[in-house]
Amino acid sequence: MPVRFEVNGKPVEVEVEPRLTLADCLRHHLRLTGTHVGCEHGVCGACTVLVDGAAVRSCLMLAVQAEGAKVTTVEGLSRDEGLTPLQASFRRHHALQCGFCTPGMITTAHALLSEEPDCDADRVREVLSGNICRCTGYISIVEAVLDARSAYKRGGNGG
Amino acid sequence: MRTVNSFIGQPIERLEDLRLVRGRGQFVDDLARKDMLYAAILRSSVGHGRVRSIDIAAAKTRPGVHAVITAADMGERVPVVPMRLQPMPEFEPFAQPVMARDKVRFVGEALAMVLADTPGRAEDALEAIAVDLEPLPAVSNWQQSARNETLLFEHKGSNVTMTFRAVLGDAAAAFKDAPYTRRERFSTQRHTALPMEPRGVLAEWNAAEGRLTVWGAAKVLFANRRILAKQMGLAETAIDMVENDVGGGFGARGEFYPEDFLIPFAARYCGRPVKWTEDRREHLMTINHAREAAVDVEIACRRDGTILGLRGHAYVDVGAYMRTNGAIGARNIAQFMSGPYRVPNIDIDTTLLLSNKTPVGTYRGPGRFETDFYRERLFDMVAHDLGIDRIEFRRRNLVGAAEMPHKLATITPFESKDELDSGDYQATLDRCLAEFGWAEKEKLKGKVIDGRYHGIAVACFIEGGGAGPKETARLQLETDGTLTVYMGSASVGQGVETAFAQIAADAMEMPMDRIHRVFHGSTAYVSDGYGAYHSRSIVMGGSAVLDAAGKLREALRGEAARRLNCGSAEVVLADGRAAAPDGKSVSWAELAPEPISVEGAFHNHKHTWAYGAHAAHVSVDPRTGHVALVDYVAVENCGRMINPLTLKGQLVGAVVQGLGGAFLEHLVYDEQGQFLTASLADYLVPTASDFPKIRGYVTESHPSPINPLGAKGAGEGGIIGVGGVISNAIADALQSLGVEPRDLPLSPPRLWQLIQDAGRHRRPVR
Amino acid sequence: MKLPPFEYACPTTLAEAVSLLAAHHGEAKPLAGGQSLVPMMAFRVATPSVIVDLRKLADLREIKITPDGITLGAMVKWREILDDARLRSAHPLLVAAVEHVAHYQIRNRGTVGGSVAHADPAAEMPGIVVTCEASIAVVGKDGSRVISGGEFFRGPLMTALKPDDIITEIRLPPWPAKRRFGFQEFSRRRGDFAMAAAAVFYDEDGGKVRNAHVGAIGVADHPLRLAAVEKLLDGNRIDDALIAKAEAAASAAVDPADDIHASGAYRKALVGVMVERALKSAAA
Repeated sequence: MPVRFEVNGKPVEVEVEPRLTLADCLRHHLRLTGTHVGCEHGVCGACTVLVDGAAVRSCLMLAVQAEGAKVTTVEGLSRDEGLTPLQASFRRHHALQCGFCTPGMITTAHALLSEEPDCDADRVREVLSGNICRCTGYISIVEAVLDARSAYKRGGNGG
Repeated sequence: MRTVNSFIGQPIERLEDLRLVRGRGQFVDDLARKDMLYAAILRSSVGHGRVRSIDIAAAKTRPGVHAVITAADMGERVPVVPMRLQPMPEFEPFAQPVMARDKVRFVGEALAMVLADTPGRAEDALEAIAVDLEPLPAVSNWQQSARNETLLFEHKGSNVTMTFRAVLGDAAAAFKDAPYTRRERFSTQRHTALPMEPRGVLAEWNAAEGRLTVWGAAKVLFANRRILAKQMGLAETAIDMVENDVGGGFGARGEFYPEDFLIPFAARYCGRPVKWTEDRREHLMTINHAREAAVDVEIACRRDGTILGLRGHAYVDVGAYMRTNGAIGARNIAQFMSGPYRVPNIDIDTTLLLSNKTPVGTYRGPGRFETDFYRERLFDMVAHDLGIDRIEFRRRNLVGAAEMPHKLATITPFESKDELDSGDYQATLDRCLAEFGWAEKEKLKGKVIDGRYHGIAVACFIEGGGAGPKETARLQLETDGTLTVYMGSASVGQGVETAFAQIAADAMEMPMDRIHRVFHGSTAYVSDGYGAYHSRSIVMGGSAVLDAAGKLREALRGEAARRLNCGSAEVVLADGRAAAPDGKSVSWAELAPEPISVEGAFHNHKHTWAYGAHAAHVSVDPRTGHVALVDYVAVENCGRMINPLTLKGQLVGAVVQGLGGAFLEHLVYDEQGQFLTASLADYLVPTASDFPKIRGYVTESHPSPINPLGAKGAGEGGIIGVGGVISNAIADALQSLGVEPRDLPLSPPRLWQLIQDAGRHRRPVR
Repeated sequence: MKLPPFEYACPTTLAEAVSLLAAHHGEAKPLAGGQSLVPMMAFRVATPSVIVDLRKLADLREIKITPDGITLGAMVKWREILDDARLRSAHPLLVAAVEHVAHYQIRNRGTVGGSVAHADPAAEMPGIVVTCEASIAVVGKDGSRVISGGEFFRGPLMTALKPDDIITEIRLPPWPAKRRFGFQEFSRRRGDFAMAAAAVFYDEDGGKVRNAHVGAIGVADHPLRLAAVEKLLDGNRIDDALIAKAEAAASAAVDPADDIHASGAYRKALVGVMVERALKSAAA
C-alpha cells in the first residue's frame, strides 16, 4: 500500500507491504542507511529516529503508521559539510568506536537536548539507558551529550 | 631522523568519526547489488538429534522463493569450517560442517537455506520446510559430558576434544612440603561478545570471469579467503574479500562461520548476488560463545605469602564443535593463570569438553578474564588465611621490572612457550591505588551504611598482544603528493585508520592532513594480510607501516637522486620536498608522475605484554543482592601510546564489558539443550545507567623490546581484571556474613542465595 | 526477525474498529503503540492475519481529571502521563509507577491501554490497575461494558478481553490529597521488567492505617493485592515493627515460580523487601 510522509524535510511516497517496519523502509526503500538495525525487537535503540520530534524505535513502527508524519533520521541531523555541535562533541569525547549505535545515540541525544537543554548527567544516563553500546562503556557518550548542551541552550536547535 | 612532527602520542580525534557520526558509515547491510536475493537460514530447534529427512518441496513454492538449499546440494562431502588457530589434527573430527546433514548438535545449527526476493519472504518460507528429527539426549554441562554416556561424535568414543597442560618447574615437589596450601573450585558462565552490528554476508559471483566478491568480511580476511577458496574450489586470487565498516568484533565477529561459505555458495548456485543479515536471535544462538569453564585449583605458599606453585584442573565447555579458534580460551586459562605474578612451579591441565550448545571461540581476553577471576579470588582468600594484607601479598609476588624477560608456563601439546617482555608492575599498582584512594577507602571495608555493606579490592593483570606472524602495509604516494595507506590490518571499530595515519605521518614526516585515506582489511589492498586479533594491530600493522615508510623514503631518495644528480644518501626529505646538497629540490608530487607504491611488512613471533591494575569499590544490599559500583579505577601501561584518546576508549569500554560478564550476561540452556536466552530482553548487557563511574588511566613506559614502535597491544586489558576485582570487593564487603563468591555471574539472585547459604555454612579460617 | 505478513486496516471510528475485529474471529489484533505487540510479532509468537491500527481513534487520547476520579484514554501514552503536571498531585502513585516503565523511546509510543491489554505480569500499569481498583472500560461487538481491575487479569498475557474488544478507558478512583503511598521496584537494569515491585497506599485515621491497599507485581501470573498484608496494616499505627510484619506477610502470601532470571525463593523474599520499602516511603 502507498504511504506518504516527510523524511528530513522532504516529502516521500513509497509503496510498501504493511509488515515493513519504518526502519527497513528508511534503510532499503529510501536508502537512508544511517539508521541501523541492531535487534529488531525494540531493545537496543540503534534504530532510533524522530517522529514528529519524538525519539522512537523505528523497528517497532510500521512504515504505514508514518503516514502524514515528519520523520527525522541521523542524516537529517547532519550538515552537508562539517559536523553539528552534537556530532563534534561526540568526536571530541571519543564517544564512538565502531559507530553502529551512534546514529541512535545522536537522534536520542538530540531529542533530549532539544526538550531539556539543562538536563544533568543522571537524566542523560536515564534517557540513554534505552540505547545499547558495546564499545565505549558509555562514559564518553554521557560526557559528549553534556558538553553539547550549550549549543541547545543558546536558543538554538543544536544546529 | 629529524622529527618534524609527533602525531604519535597525541589524542588525535578520529578520522573514522567524520562519516560514522553522520550516519554515513557503510556496514554490510547497507549495501545492495542489482538482482539481489536474500537468504534465510532454517536452524535446528533441537539441541541434539539425528536428521531423518528434510522436506523442502512446499517451501520452494512459497511466494518469492527462488531456491532452497540443503546439505544434499553440496556434494559428497559437506565442507567443514577448519581451525585457524592451533589447528591440530586431533581437532579435525570435531570440525563443524557448514550445514547439518545427518545430525544436529546444537540449537541454531543450520539445516537449510531459503533464497527469496525479500528478507520477509525468505523467512516466511522457513516455516514450510518440514524437518524430521529423531531427538537424542542432550549433553548440557561439562560434568555430564565427561561421563561420556551421550556422545556428540559416536565414533570418537569421547566428548573430550583435547587436553592442554601448562607446566613450569616442578609443581609436585613444590606442593609436597609446602607450609600452606589452599584448594578451591571456581566457575565462570557462558557469555558472548555481542557486537552491536549483527553479522552479514553479501556475495556476488561473476560467472564470466570466475570471480567471487564477498562483502561483510572482518578480522582475518586473508585467512578467511584461504578457507573459502578451498571450500569453493577456487584460486585465492579469484576471490575478493571486502571489509566495510564493522560494528564491533571483540574476537567473535570475523572468524569463519558456516554462513561465510553458505552465502557465497548460494550466490554461485543461484547465479545472483545473495545477501544475508542475521537477526539478533540468530546471533545469540550462532555467533561464538565463550567463557564457560570451571576450575579445581590449588595454591602453595610460604607463610610469608610467597607463592611456591599453582596446580589444578580446568574444564571448558566448548560447545558442539571445534570452530576456528575454539581452543584458545581453554589454553589461555592454563597458560596465563599466573598473570603478572611470579609462580615458579605450575601444573595446570585444561580439558575441552563438547556439549550440545553453540560452539565457542575467542572473546576479548579469551581465557584471561576467566583465569584472572580464579586467581585473584584465590589470592584474597589466601591473604586472609595467612593474615597478610592483600596488597602486600600481591607486591611480594609481582614479577619485578628487572626480572624481564620472564618465562611463563609452557603449553603442551604444541610446545607453546611465552615470556613477559618488559614492565614495572609495581608502578601501575601504585598508580591504581593512588587514583582510587585506597588508603581512604580502606576505612569503609565491611562497613554498613544505609543498609549497604561496603567493600574494596584490587587486582593486577597482564594482557598478551601483538601476535605474529606477520602484517603488511602498503604506502602509496599519489601524484598530488598525498599519501594513501593500505593495511592488511583489519578494523573492528577500534580506530585503526586514525592510529595508522598518525604512525604514517610521523614516519614520513608529513602533516596528517596529507594522508589521503587509510584503507584496511580488504584482500585487494596488500599482498598478504593477517588482521585484527590478539590486540595486534598497532604492534604488527603499525610496525609494518614503519617498514613501508622506510622503504618509501628510500625510493623517494633514489628517484630524487636521479633527478637532482646526487647520491641518494645525500638527499634530504622534508616538508614534502626532496633536496640535494646544492640546494636544488623537487616536490614529492613531481617525483610521482605515476603513484609510487611500496609494501612493507613486520614479522614477529613474540607477544607483547601490556599490564596494569584494577580497583573497585562496591556497596551491597544483602536483602536484594544488588551491588552498586561506587567507584572503579583501571590503569594500563602499554609501553608506548599511539593515541591516548582511543587507547583510553578501549580500556573503559572493555571494563564495562567485563562488568557485564561479572553481573549481567548469561547464555542459558536447559537440560534438553534448549537455548533460553535468545533475545536482548533475556541476555542482559550493561546500559548507560548501570555503571556510571569508571575511571581509566593509560600510561606508557618500559617500551616493548620486540617491535620498533615499542608499543604493546592494549585492547583487552580492561576486561581481564574485572571478574577478580569485583568478586573480591564483594567478598570484602560481605566478610562478616561469611560470603565467598566462587562463581560468576554475581547477579542479585545468585548473590542473595550465597548470602542465605552462608548463614548456614561458614568456612573456618585456618 | 522480519514481521510475518498481515493485512492492515486503519479505521477512523471505534465502531469500525470493533467490527473489523469481530469480522475476523480472533485472527485480528488491535495495534496501539506497538511496543509490546510488534516484538511478539517479530519473534513470530503472535501472527495475527489482520492488524487494526487504532491511531486514528481520537476519542481515546484524553486524560480527564474530575472529582469522580482520573480517566485515562486507552491510547494515552506514557509520555503524556509524565508530561501532565496535574497528575503529579492528582495521582502520584500512577506517576511513580509510570516513571519505571521501560525507556525514553518506548514511553514516546507505548500506551496505557496497550500495556493493560498485553498483561505482562511484571509490568507496572497492570499492577496499578489492580492495586488502585481501577476499572477498564471496554467496547466490543455486543456493546460496552466495564470490567473491574481485580477481575481483568487472568494469567500471564491473559485478560478478560474477548477478541473483538477494544479498551477505551482506564478509570482510576479519586485520590485524596492526604493519602500516603509508595512504589518500589527492583529490576536488573533500569527500565527492565520488575523482578518484583510493590505499589502501596493507605489513608490515615487518627494516626492509624485505614483502607490499606498493597499490590504485588512480578511474583505471580498476574498482579495481585496482598489481602493478608492489608489486613495486618488496617487499624494499626504504622511503625517499624508493623512494617517488618508486613514484609513477612507479603513474602508468605506469594509463591512465585523459578525462571531463568531468578528463583521463586528470591522473588518471594524480594517482594517482602519491596513492600517494606514502599511502606517506609509511604510513612515518611
